[in-house]
Parts: sequence; structure tokens; C-alpha cells
Amino acid sequence: MERVPILKIGDILIVSIQVDLEDQSVLTLQEDLAEAVVKHAARGVIIDISVVEIVDSFIGRMLATIAGMSRMLDAQTVVVGMRPAVAITLVELGLNLGGVRTALNLEKGIALLDHVRSAAR
Amino acid sequence: MSVDLPAGRRRIEQLLADHQDQLIKRWAQTAKASADELTEIYEALRSAIAGDDRDLTDVRGLLAELSRSRARRGFTPSDTARAVFGLKEAVYELVETDATPDTMRGFIWFSLLMDDLGLFTFETFATAREKIIIEQTEQLLELSTPVVAIWEGILAVPLVGTLDSARTQVVMEKLLQALVDTGAEHAVIDITGVPAVDTQVAQHLLKTIVAARLMGAECVISGIRPQIAHSIVTLGIEFGDIVTKATLADALAHALRRSGVLTTERKATRIAIRAEDA
Repeated sequence: MERVPILKIGDILIVSIQVDLEDQSVLTLQEDLAEAVVKHAARGVIIDISVVEIVDSFIGRMLATIAGMSRMLDAQTVVVGMRPAVAITLVELGLNLGGVRTALNLEKGIALLDHVRSAAR
Repeated sequence: MSVDLPAGRRRIEQLLADHQDQLIKRWAQTAKASADELTEIYEALRSAIAGDDRDLTDVRGLLAELSRSRARRGFTPSDTARAVFGLKEAVYELVETDATPDTMRGFIWFSLLMDDLGLFTFETFATAREKIIIEQTEQLLELSTPVVAIWEGILAVPLVGTLDSARTQVVMEKLLQALVDTGAEHAVIDITGVPAVDTQVAQHLLKTIVAARLMGAECVISGIRPQIAHSIVTLGIEFGDIVTKATLADALAHALRRSGVLTTERKATRIAIRAEDA
């Protein structure tokens, strides 16, 4: 089973999903991420899915779950780099990822987190 | 079929070989086609009949070519088929003069062959026409859904004409791809040119906007005419938290403000008052 690495930059955690995820790795990622948020006292989580080509409802729910989990731990989640085909699939599946922030790419995602935090302050 | 009429067949072969020029001339007259084109087909047909394997591939190829070129020039399929049947007439005129049973039998066989070929042109014609129609539909789709950048980071999608699911799919894909390519965070979907908005069209628009949101871009709908606003409300369509504006200009101003380009508030309309003191 492949483990998805979690990178830390400042108080932001970056998860870049590079492979087609199996259900088990998704569950492991959720646990790892929750632990990492607490351990590093992270304020933001960025999930980069720019190379993910295929999604199913399970992955869609994973994104929502991670966002909800991070929010409980006082960290904002931004999903970045979603491909058009993936977005269309999620809409057709009826998932609108309520409560998850999105950005076009990693750079804009980081800028969005900064913006959200400065607005909250 | 090729064994039971050898005498008649040979007779027809003979006729075709002996009177080639005369037949082609007559055929060209009835078919209203150039003799050059027909000569080619004629020769292919002759060699096909003379061959033992009755291989009609060459003839069919040439006929398909003729049929396709005629389809593009706007002939009706009947014209093309009639052009092929024209050879029957030309041959019949020759056969009439020596009406032995063998020849007649041969002519019937030849006639059946020509019928087949005629029908084949009909088929090719239909396929060619279908292809043209499909091409044009695709071109129309491409033409009617431009995505233009109207400001740095702001895209506009002016929609003109009726929206159906196929078209919305194209619009959605093009818009989302443009968002990725340009990195724009705002998009304005202008429906000034959409004659009617029903629940289905609204559903399609909403899907597009939600998909854009998932990618991290905000969409504004503009160009909602009063009648359309009325029908949307009457149908009970909920646009939720999606921003809608009356005109493209309003939508652009909104997008500019959201992206931080425009920071000033809209100026209040100045009412000039004529000071009449003194």
C-alpha cells in the first residue's frame, strides 16, 4: 500500500496526491493528516490533486471529510489543481464539496489561505 | 449466378467491348456527366465483368468517388443513381437490335448488376451527406461557444442560441479548460443571446458553475432579460448563492471588484442643481 507524503511549509501542510488512491490509502491519509495537523499545529491544509485523473464518490467524500476534520482542528483546507474532467465528474456525481475551498493551483491556494487568515484576524 | 448465364454474359461483354465509344457517348448524354469520368468507370466495369472473380472493388471505389463529389456539389441522390442507370438505357438500345434470348438473358443479368451499383451510389451518397452534416454540427458547436478573456484573470462566455445538453457540455469543457490554461479566477457567463431559459438550461448552467467552483473559480451569470428573470422565478429555479447580474458591464464590474482591480465604490449619480441665487 502506498502512503501519501505530507509536507510541511511554515504552518501549512501540503498533501500532493500523485497516484490513483486505493481506499485503504485514503483512510491512512486521513489518519496521518489529522495527526500531522495536531503535531505541527498547522493552520492550513492544501491538497493538490492536479495529477489525479480519475475520481469516484469515495475520493469526493474523502476531500469533504478531510476538510471537516481539519476545520475541527482549526485548520482551513484548500483543494487545488482540480482538472476539468474531474470537476465535471464530481458535479455529475452530485458532489459539490460544500465547505471545501478550492483554488486553481498551489500558488493561488497558498495565497487564498493567507487571505482567509488575514481576514479572520 | 456467374455460371448459369455464360452465353448472355459473354454477349454483353462483347457488346461493351465493341461499342465502347458509342455507349459512353450515349451514357454521357443520359447521365449528364462528363465523358471522362464515365470512361474511367466504364473501363473498370468492363474489366470487372471480364474477370472471373467478378471483383467490383474498383468500380465501387470510382462510383463512391463520383457519388461523394456529387453530394458535395448538391446533386440529389436520385440524380446520381439515375446517372448510373443511364448505362442500362444505352446498352438496351444496342440489345434491342439483336433480340436473341441469350442476349436478353444477358441484359437482365447486366441490369441487375447495374441496379446493385446504383443502390451502392445511393448508400455512399447518404453516408457522405451524413458526414457533411456531422462536420457542420461540430463546426457550429465550436463557433457558437467562444471563451474570451476580457481582463487579466476574468473570462467571458457569451452564449448565443438555444442551450441543450450537448452544447452545455461543450461550453462546460471549454470554460473549465480555459480556466486551467489562463489561471483566471473569475468567469462571466453571459446569456443575453439565449432566447429561453427553462429548468433544464438552468440545471446545465448550475452544473457548469459548480464545476468551476470545484476548480477554484467564481462564475457570474449576466444578461438576464426581464422576461427571463420572470420565467426563472415563475419556474421556481433557485440559483442559490450564485451571483447574477443584469448586464455584462455589471458582471465585469463585480468581477473586477472581487479580484481587487477595482477598489473604489460605485459613484453616486450626480444630480446637477442649477444654482439660481444672485
